Amino acid sequence: MNTLIFRTVAPFLTALMALFSIFVLLRGHNEPGGGFIGGLIAVSALAIFGIANGISAVRRALWFHPMAISAFGLFIACLAGLMSAAFGVPFMTGLWVYPVVLGVEIPLSSVMLFDIGVYLVVVGAITSIALALEAGDDT
Amino acid sequence: MTADTMGLTFLAFCLPFLGALIAPALTRLLGHHAAWPLALVPLAVFFHFLGFNAEIARGEIVTGGYAWVPSYNVSFSWLIDGLSLAFLLLISGIGALIVLYSGGYLKGHPHQGRFFSFILMFMGSMLGVVASDSFLMLFVFWELTSITSFLLIGFDHAREASRRAALQALIVTGGGGLFLLAGLLLIWDVTGVTQFSLLMSFGPELRTSPFYLAILFLVLGGAFTKSAQFPFHFWLPNAMEAPTPVSAYLHSATMVKAGVYLLMRLNPVMGATPAWETILPAIGGLTLLVGAVLAIRQTDLKLMLAYTTVASLGMLVMLTGFGSEHAIAAAALYLVAHSLFKGALFMVAGLIDHETGTRDITRLGGLRRAMPVTFLAALLAALSMGGLPPFFGFLAKEEIYAALAGGSLRQVAFTAAAVIGNGLMFAVAFAVALKPFLGAPTQTPKHAHEGPALLWIGPMLLAVTGLVIGLFSAVAHVLLTMPLASAISGAPQTITISAMPHLSLAFGLSLLTVAFGVGVFLMLDRARAAANRLVEDIGWGPDRGFDQGMTGLVRAASAISRLVQPGRMETYMTATFTVIALALIVPPALYGEWPRLPVWPAGMPFHELAVMVLAAVGIAAVLMANNRLTAIVALGIQGFCVALLFLLFGAPDLAFTQFMIETLSVVILALVMTRLKLTPRDPRPLREKIPDGAIAVACGLGFALYLLKVTQGRFDTALSDFFNLYSKTIAHGANVVNVIIVDFRGTDTLGEIAVVMVTGLAILSIIRIRKGRVSP
Repeated sequence: MNTLIFRTVAPFLTALMALFSIFVLLRGHNEPGGGFIGGLIAVSALAIFGIANGISAVRRALWFHPMAISAFGLFIACLAGLMSAAFGVPFMTGLWVYPVVLGVEIPLSSVMLFDIGVYLVVVGAITSIALALEAGDDT
Repeated sequence: MTADTMGLTFLAFCLPFLGALIAPALTRLLGHHAAWPLALVPLAVFFHFLGFNAEIARGEIVTGGYAWVPSYNVSFSWLIDGLSLAFLLLISGIGALIVLYSGGYLKGHPHQGRFFSFILMFMGSMLGVVASDSFLMLFVFWELTSITSFLLIGFDHAREASRRAALQALIVTGGGGLFLLAGLLLIWDVTGVTQFSLLMSFGPELRTSPFYLAILFLVLGGAFTKSAQFPFHFWLPNAMEAPTPVSAYLHSATMVKAGVYLLMRLNPVMGATPAWETILPAIGGLTLLVGAVLAIRQTDLKLMLAYTTVASLGMLVMLTGFGSEHAIAAAALYLVAHSLFKGALFMVAGLIDHETGTRDITRLGGLRRAMPVTFLAALLAALSMGGLPPFFGFLAKEEIYAALAGGSLRQVAFTAAAVIGNGLMFAVAFAVALKPFLGAPTQTPKHAHEGPALLWIGPMLLAVTGLVIGLFSAVAHVLLTMPLASAISGAPQTITISAMPHLSLAFGLSLLTVAFGVGVFLMLDRARAAANRLVEDIGWGPDRGFDQGMTGLVRAASAISRLVQPGRMETYMTATFTVIALALIVPPALYGEWPRLPVWPAGMPFHELAVMVLAAVGIAAVLMANNRLTAIVALGIQGFCVALLFLLFGAPDLAFTQFMIETLSVVILALVMTRLKLTPRDPRPLREKIPDGAIAVACGLGFALYLLKVTQGRFDTALSDFFNLYSKTIAHGANVVNVIIVDFRGTDTLGEIAVVMVTGLAILSIIRIRKGRVSP
């Protein structure tokens, strides 16, 4: 499996898939997609990278421990839910703002923040399992 | 109550917890001098509540609070009447002195900041217990006191005895709290109210309810465990493993009085029934005698005092349930008097221990020259505990005898119990206050000298307060004890007792008590030997029973665990899937609710059929594969076909997810296989494969039948209509699936991703264990 072609292509494929996963994540509110699916795509991207270039390369690329990424995702998901408390509305109520950047209206919401949290939890948790299984020595 | 006072009162309840937050940092900064600023916390609380004194003395009740969970009618609300106020003042007042005392006692201890933090948290919980108006708040604070006292008793966690005592206290008092919760819920069910202030008018309903006895037993289960009534008294002396400031605080004014507080709080609505007036005095009287006899037996200063606390609590419970005219007044007086003298004596015991290095009364003597201030404080407190005029304890004791004495058999029996109990406590009081100080000086582990001001300021102030209240009893009655007694009885009470000795039956009984006490004191060694023989003859005690119970529990738990967790993956899988198959197939078989056989859809497009055939081929490949890796990949074929079907039937999100899941499962399964170093082939012989295969087929068949049945039922479109209608308008999203996940049912998703993360952590640690490495 570890052929020269695969090793050469894998980083580009990973980058492309990672980009695509973010695209899927962000468009999820209106088109098919969302945090869960985006997260799974990103995990597959990292799995490909890991199979091609070894897990230490993945760990270096991720910079943080995948479990920390997962925990951070859960944290911002909670934060997205708790934001509503500041406005006196029930927990997890969606809050929307529409800032105009360079003449384009960009809808931003606590729901999106929540979805990003979901994405990070999925990426972190499943990547850490896959990496730990793949690793012979280190965690 | 104006908005300002309400905010301030709320702040007063929060203040100890805020203090607990800053205590460690403050102690790191100031060392043991942090006690001075930290003592300001309870002091501020004390003075805030002192401000209510005038209103309460007029017979008013102060209530206030905030809605907490309005949908469940749960509020954070407080009720301050004479009873609550007396407790609030005792807790915060003695609390301030205890903070100062711990400053000196634990000087230089590496975890002094943590200790301050615990004790302030405990104080906050205790304040919450005695001021709660709503049942739920009472329960929350009640259990908080159990938890914080666990931390305090186990403070010296390196010693096993400490840990055992802490666990014991937690199990006994925390378990009792669960009884209390059930009792409170029953009260709610019977009366329909969740607040004590409203409950007060429901006395007749409660007393005549068919659930009265159940409620009574549940509430008593909470109160008796907390207040260390026989046979639950054993945790209290064991809790002496805690540093002395903890003992002085928990066992004088706070923790153990919580149960008594609860009984007093419920007395107006639950009291005056035959059950109440039988159980409470009987258990209380028994506890009084048991505690007093066990106290005589001890030679450790703290243990002697601990058992007299048990006895005093018995006395309070007895008086609360006795039901005579003076009984409530006597309980009120004794409650306050006991908090003052017992707090002082505990601190004296700790002071002696701190300065000499021992608490063993047989090794102490002649300290009066070395520790004159301590001696004075001990003497003043003991005079009050012994019930000699003009001390506060004397007033309490006179009132007790006035309440109990009489001609009936019941009155004679309880009077006798009180005289014996009080006499023994008299002897213990003076044994603690005189024996270490008089006689010839002895060799002690440390060279004895007077302790620093931080240590003696607390006992001295408490002991002097006992004297001052005794001298100016008229003022104290109006401000403190009369509102207290009125709140306990539910009707205005007058207390006139003063320190002036006057000829009466009660005074005669007092003299008898003193004579008996002096007698026991003079023959203390012989009395101790007699009490020891008695206890050894009985042999078994609830303390040992607790250990036996705990051992039995652990044994039973491990036996059950071995039964259901044998540790073989095959067993788990077989059990799980057998149960799934049975759950799917047995109910329709029992009720004859099989689905109709589906008809072959007419005009089925070719490509749909092709996908299904492909899925079937995938399954066949799994079965025929003689290599595990091939089987896993073949399983993926089937999964992709299902994803394709989802796509064809208009569920792109589902299909998308299914694709990713299939890909990743193949990757992860392959990784697991290589990691577990499984043989490439399945080594099971045919006779094992057939039952496993049967279970698999039954599961698949069950699911197929189930899905058929579900799709044949009427489909309720209410939910999908709702989501389709509001997805765009309310949640601003066109993708209904995603909007459901992240918005409509977002809280579910939050729970799910938490599960994903925790599962990840669990798998990670299992993998690490397999490597033979213990993760930190």
